Amino acid sequence: MTLLKVSGIETYYGKIQALKGVSLDVEQGKIVTILGANGAGKTTTMKTIAGLLKPKSGTVEFLGENITGLRPDQLVKRGISLVPEGRAILSGMTVMENLEMGAYQRNDKEIAKDLEDVMQRFPILKERKNQLGGTLSGGQQQMLAIARALLSRPKLLLLDEPSMGLAPLIVADIFKIIKEIKDSGTTVLVVEQNARQALKIADYGYVLETGKVIVHGPSHELLEDPRIMEAYLGKKSE
Amino acid sequence: MLLEQIINGITLGSIYAIVALGFTLVFGVLGIINMAHGEIFMFGAFIGVTVTSTLGLPIWMAFLAAIAATAILGYLLEQFALRPLRGKKGVSHLAPLISTIGVSIFLENLSHHLFGAGNHPFKSSFAEIHYTIGSITIYLVQILIFVISVILMIALSYWLSKTKAGKALRATAENLETASILGVNTKQIITLTVIIASAMGGIAGILVGMAFNSVNPQMGLSIGLKGLAIIILGGMGNVKGAMAGGLILGLAETFIVAYGDSGYRDAIAFIAIIVILLIRPQGLFGKKTSEGRP
Repeated sequence: MTLLKVSGIETYYGKIQALKGVSLDVEQGKIVTILGANGAGKTTTMKTIAGLLKPKSGTVEFLGENITGLRPDQLVKRGISLVPEGRAILSGMTVMENLEMGAYQRNDKEIAKDLEDVMQRFPILKERKNQLGGTLSGGQQQMLAIARALLSRPKLLLLDEPSMGLAPLIVADIFKIIKEIKDSGTTVLVVEQNARQALKIADYGYVLETGKVIVHGPSHELLEDPRIMEAYLGKKSE
Repeated sequence: MLLEQIINGITLGSIYAIVALGFTLVFGVLGIINMAHGEIFMFGAFIGVTVTSTLGLPIWMAFLAAIAATAILGYLLEQFALRPLRGKKGVSHLAPLISTIGVSIFLENLSHHLFGAGNHPFKSSFAEIHYTIGSITIYLVQILIFVISVILMIALSYWLSKTKAGKALRATAENLETASILGVNTKQIITLTVIIASAMGGIAGILVGMAFNSVNPQMGLSIGLKGLAIIILGGMGNVKGAMAGGLILGLAETFIVAYGDSGYRDAIAFIAIIVILLIRPQGLFGKKTSEGRP
C-alpha cells in the first residue's frame, strides 16, 4: 500500500526553482531513501513533504488524503514526523523536555510508558535527562532528535541527513536504529549523502539531480547500477 | 530610613518586573519589541480607575476588568498589527516594530479621547491604611502590590516550566520551525503569548495606579521605556532577567531619590543600559550567542 505519494511538486525559494517536478512513492513498512549531491533538492523535498515549504504546483498525498499545503502541526496529527537536517534540538530545554515536546499532540495515557521505553532504548538519554539539550554531543543529539520524533508515534518518519557530521561508529549505530524503526512498523523516508550505507538498509531509492528524479529503483538494483556507483557512491573499492 | 526605602524599592521594582515580563515574553516568541505594551498597560490603569472611582466597584473587579480588556487589546494587536506582517515576502523584519509604534500612538490618543488628558486619581478604599512598626511605615497598598507581583511571577514561572502550553511557548521562542514540526500550532502560541503579556501589562497598570495614585494617558511611554531598559539589563527574552532587572531598577530609583538627587530618578534606567551594554551586552542573565535571530 502506498503511504505517501508525491506527484510533480515544484518548490521555489523566491524566484529560484529548487524542485522541478519531483514525484515519489513511499510504500508502507519500507525504508525509502533519497540520494543526491549537495543542492540536488533533497532537503527541499523533505521540507515540502513536512509542510515547512509550500509547493507552487504538484500534490502530496498521505494515506489517500491530499495534504499539500497543510501546516507542519497538522501533518504531525496525521502521522508525519520530521527529523530535520541539523537535528533541531531545543538547546535551552532539558533532554526530558525535548522528549515531552515530541509527544506534544498526544493526550493518551501511554506517554509516560513511551518515555520510559525510549529511555530504555537510548540509555544515554536517561542518564542525561535533566541536562540541557544543547550540552549533548552530535551523536547524542541525533538520538534525541530521532527519539523525540518517534514519541509522536508517527506512521511516517522523515529523516534528513541523520548521519551528517557524525563519527563513523556512530553513523553505523544510527543506521542500525533506522533499521529497527522499520522493523517495529514505522515507515521511513531518509535523505542521505552516505549513499552506499543508505542503500544497504533501504528497500527503494530515488536519486535527485538539480531538482529532478533522474533514477529510481529497488536498492539492490541501484547498488549494482554502474552509473550510480560512479556518480554517487564513488569507485567501488571492494 | 533604609528599611523603608528598601520596601519602597521592592514595591516599585516588582511592578517594573511585571511590566518587563510582558515585553520579554513577546520578544522571546516574536523577536520584536512591542512598543504598544506601555499603552496597553496605561489602558489597564484607566480601566482600573473607571471601575473603582467612577463605578465605585471593589478593586478585585477592577483587576478582572483590566485583565479582560487588555487581553482583548492584545488579541487585536496580534490580529491586526502583527500577524498581517508575519512571514510575508518583502516585509522588513522591522515592520512589526513600527506597526506596534503605530498602535501605541493610536491607543494614547484614544485614551485622550475617552478619558481626557488630565491626571486621574486612583481611589481605593484602603489607600490610607498603613501599619507602623517601630519607625517604619508600610502601606497596605504596598503589601498588596508586592503580593500580587510575587504571585504573578511564581505563576508565570510555574506555567512556563511545568505545563504543556508553557513548554510549547518556550519551544516556540527558541525556534519557531522546530516547534512547528513537533506539532505545536505556533500561530496559536504566538497569539496566546501576546494575550498573556498584555494581560500582565493590564495588571501592572492597576498596580502603578494604586502605587502613585495617578493615571494619565502619557504614563505608558515612560513605563514602556523603562520596561525596555529592564529587558536589556536582564537579557532580552529572559524571564528571570526581567524579574531581577525590575527589582534592581526599582531599588536603584528609590535610592537615588532618597539619598541622591531626585532629578536623576528617570535617568537611572538609561544609565544602567549604557553600563550594561558596555560591560555585558547580552544582559545580566542573557546568554552569549554567536548567531543572530533569523
